[in-house]
Amino acid sequence: MSKLFERLAHFDWLIFSICVILSLLGIFTIYSATRIPDYQGALISESFRPDFYERQIIWFVAGITIFFGILFIDYQWFKRLAYLLYVISIILLLLTIIAGKKSMGASRWINLGFFSFQPTDIFKITFLIALSSYLHDLKARLTASQILKVFLLFVLFPVLLIFKQPDLGSAAIIFITFFCIILIYGAESRFIKLTIIIGLISLPFLWPVFWENLKDYQRNRIQAFLSEEVDPAGIGYHIKQSKIAVGSGGFFGKGFLKGTQGPLRFLPERHTDFIFASFTEEWGFLGAVAVLSLYILFLLRGFDTAQRARDDFGRYLSLGITVLLGLYVFINIGMALGLTPVVGIPLPFMSYGGSALVTNFAMAGILTNIRMRRFEIFY
Amino acid sequence: MNSLNEKITTEALYRRIRIATMVAFILSIVMFVRLFQLSIIESKTYKILAENNRQRILFVEPERGIIYDRNGIPLVKNEPYFVAAITAEEINVKELSAIATFLGISEEEIKEKLKNRKSQIEPVVIKEGLSFEEVARLEARQSDFPDISILTTTIRRYLYGTVGAHLIGYLGRITETQWDSLKSEGIPPDAFIGQWGVEKIYDSVLRGKFGKKIVEVDALGHEIRMLGEIPPERGQDIHLSIDINIQKAMEEAYGTRRGAFVALRPETGEVLALGSLPSFDPNKFARGAASDYWNKLSEDEGHPLLNRAFQSQYPPGSVYKIVTAIAGLEKGIIKPTTTFHCSGGISFGNRFFRCWKKEGHGTVNLKRAIIESCDVYFYEVGKRVGIDSIADYARRLGLGDISGINLVSEKKGIVPSSEWKLKSLGQPWYPGETLSASIGQGYVSVTPAQLARMIATIVNGGYLKKFRLLKSDETGPINQQVREDSPPANVKPVVISDIKGNNESQKINISQQTLIFIKDALTGVVNEPGGTGGAARLQHILVGGKTGTAQVISKAIETHKLTEKFRDHAWFVAFAPADRPEIAMAVFVEHGGHGGSAAAPIARTGIEKYLSNENSKTVGTIDGEVTISEGD
Repeated sequence: MSKLFERLAHFDWLIFSICVILSLLGIFTIYSATRIPDYQGALISESFRPDFYERQIIWFVAGITIFFGILFIDYQWFKRLAYLLYVISIILLLLTIIAGKKSMGASRWINLGFFSFQPTDIFKITFLIALSSYLHDLKARLTASQILKVFLLFVLFPVLLIFKQPDLGSAAIIFITFFCIILIYGAESRFIKLTIIIGLISLPFLWPVFWENLKDYQRNRIQAFLSEEVDPAGIGYHIKQSKIAVGSGGFFGKGFLKGTQGPLRFLPERHTDFIFASFTEEWGFLGAVAVLSLYILFLLRGFDTAQRARDDFGRYLSLGITVLLGLYVFINIGMALGLTPVVGIPLPFMSYGGSALVTNFAMAGILTNIRMRRFEIFY
Repeated sequence: MNSLNEKITTEALYRRIRIATMVAFILSIVMFVRLFQLSIIESKTYKILAENNRQRILFVEPERGIIYDRNGIPLVKNEPYFVAAITAEEINVKELSAIATFLGISEEEIKEKLKNRKSQIEPVVIKEGLSFEEVARLEARQSDFPDISILTTTIRRYLYGTVGAHLIGYLGRITETQWDSLKSEGIPPDAFIGQWGVEKIYDSVLRGKFGKKIVEVDALGHEIRMLGEIPPERGQDIHLSIDINIQKAMEEAYGTRRGAFVALRPETGEVLALGSLPSFDPNKFARGAASDYWNKLSEDEGHPLLNRAFQSQYPPGSVYKIVTAIAGLEKGIIKPTTTFHCSGGISFGNRFFRCWKKEGHGTVNLKRAIIESCDVYFYEVGKRVGIDSIADYARRLGLGDISGINLVSEKKGIVPSSEWKLKSLGQPWYPGETLSASIGQGYVSVTPAQLARMIATIVNGGYLKKFRLLKSDETGPINQQVREDSPPANVKPVVISDIKGNNESQKINISQQTLIFIKDALTGVVNEPGGTGGAARLQHILVGGKTGTAQVISKAIETHKLTEKFRDHAWFVAFAPADRPEIAMAVFVEHGGHGGSAAAPIARTGIEKYLSNENSKTVGTIDGEVTISEGD
């Protein structure tokens, strides 16, 4: 019991507060962006009343529950179960391909009757656990052949599965996360040079293959990013409307419930992928800077946790979580600001989506877990 | 693995974590800078773009002014017009096929229109001119067709159809070049404006002002609420100078014949009736010409779109003898008492010039020559006066030049003179040609409108008036009268210019004595025995006039029996009542044969109609002053 209190004394209020504040801002923004404008005389079906924010509140509560639940499990257990969890999540990914629920042309969901979830979200965690566990056992600089082995073992197959769903955004992020972790962990400089050379040589050959395998809308996204003129009614329109939402907010923003881009539906994915734009329209430059600062604080805390972790597994795991969430944050906000291609990934904690929100809280929980136990001695 | 080595590894790892932290920092600085750029530096632009997104300016059509005739009879009306259109971004296949069967149109046609849609929010019109019944049925089933809207607009109806169509005109969709010059007046690019006739020339008066409605819309184009409104201003009504009953009676008198007529009030230049036959139905142009109707009109060999009153020129025939007579009298070559002997023709040079009456008219004075339309008399006069003097007086009477009415592009006609021939044909004038010209054959050509103006000028005491299409009053000064007619300020500019034109009414240099003599002689044409215009005679009103027959082919081959195509054109100019003319007109019947038999009865119909309905009330002189000495 005293141990519990001791741990609670090390509880990371900062990470917890950041997650709660971001989630609440997310819920407010979801409410505002999906509200039905006051139609006068226009025909609008009575049954259509969006309850996105209500559902998000439920997921928020579930997320906090998971967050605290994870605190009570020593993260060493994750290490022991690492490969089992990994295999289970791969099976779930396979199930998604075989029996997944289709939504907007992609099968990313598994329906359990009372709720649906995205196995990709679970995979993100199990992938990081498995990779950290492997690197913990390795305890040496990676040689090129080891990297190739790890890549083939942990990354290639699941990333292909996710790519096939298709979920280009998640596949790319897991892929990039893997390389970031390898780089931070430490790889032979020969590997880095080799990767760059092989990459440059193979790009002209691999690109057409990659391009061929993309869906039309995915190609459009990449083209639209390179030139807004390509598809002004499609994805170019998304980018343009997002920039309008952000820019029209000005310094102080239009005020809560005063935004127009979201509720009038000019901004596509107003409560999911483009929630940052919806938020900035109403809260302005000031609000956006505050949110961005919260994310940076979170990342700093994550990197700090990685440095303070009591063992290598915790170190790599918190590093992985921080890098993964950091990539989500920067790619998503970059998307809203027209800096990165529109790949369709949510903004952690803020975007509407239960599966992602709960996963994010779980990752924050793991991070806190590692931080709390940083003074404990191996047993 | 020794601890030192591990420590170094951990140190290196920490270093790389710090690098990662730096990278995160740099990335966030990039985000900050971009945010600063979008929401502070470029904020103004994006605020405008956001407003443009949600605000849509809709034009509100004003009610177009009504066109009345001189007696206050409406000639047009505005009717509601219903259009079924797809207003949604997309329409599902089921609904599409359901609406196609419901409205009785082909699915392919709708799909084709959808394909040509310029933007997702542009309504696609699938059927125009829905009946009230169709509208009611569609509205009742609104829930089955959520993507179909009924748009309401107005359509112009021309109550007299083809009657007076050339004058009244029609509306048409604004063309791109028209819109370029009118858009500053707040006209939408798909507006309907006057494209022909009175609808066109008084368009700015009739049109009114488009209103505007600023509404908030969502991305799917649903109107959410009104943000602001400028109500439309109704267009002004106008009262035309024409009398629709005369117009109708005269057009009916033509039957299936082609031709044109222009009836004027000699004192004011007001157009009482103006028609060109065959005509067209402006109702068919009301929502933009249906292309099959347009094709039908342009392929019709009767050229219904041609306004013959201004755009066709023909030899005036014997009507031109009036000009020859005036030239002779004014130049002092002849007096009313001067006689010539007509034995059926005269030799001149190596040619024999025939009179229309083979047996000849005997010895005739000027009045008799006019009454019986003796060719020989005018050959003699023309010979003596010379072509250039005839041309001079023809021009004084307004021939050979446009009237300046902006209804259509006018033909000038030809008033031949020696100078004209040298200029346009590069040949000298031959004296023999003067003889032909003296009786209105040969090179001479005129439009029906020119002859109407000429006769009006002769009977109003020598004032060449511009044509006037708006009603005025004979009592007060014209400008004041019109201001009373149309009080609102925005009417003035157009009307004033019209009046200004009218005030340019020009006193011509021909003596009153001559004019009175001619008027008297023309009255004889209709009323005296042997007169060629007897067919225009009315029982209680003294009518004056002159017949004319324009040769279609030369006399040399006139031996064949002529089919209608080669028959002569018939002319009749007329005025009444003879003592103080209220109406003057020119009637032209294409291939009508003789003026006296073909054209004069039409003129009589018009005069009868005019003097029986309006002027019987205002002009008390008719009964008292008509000299019934002629009997019938």
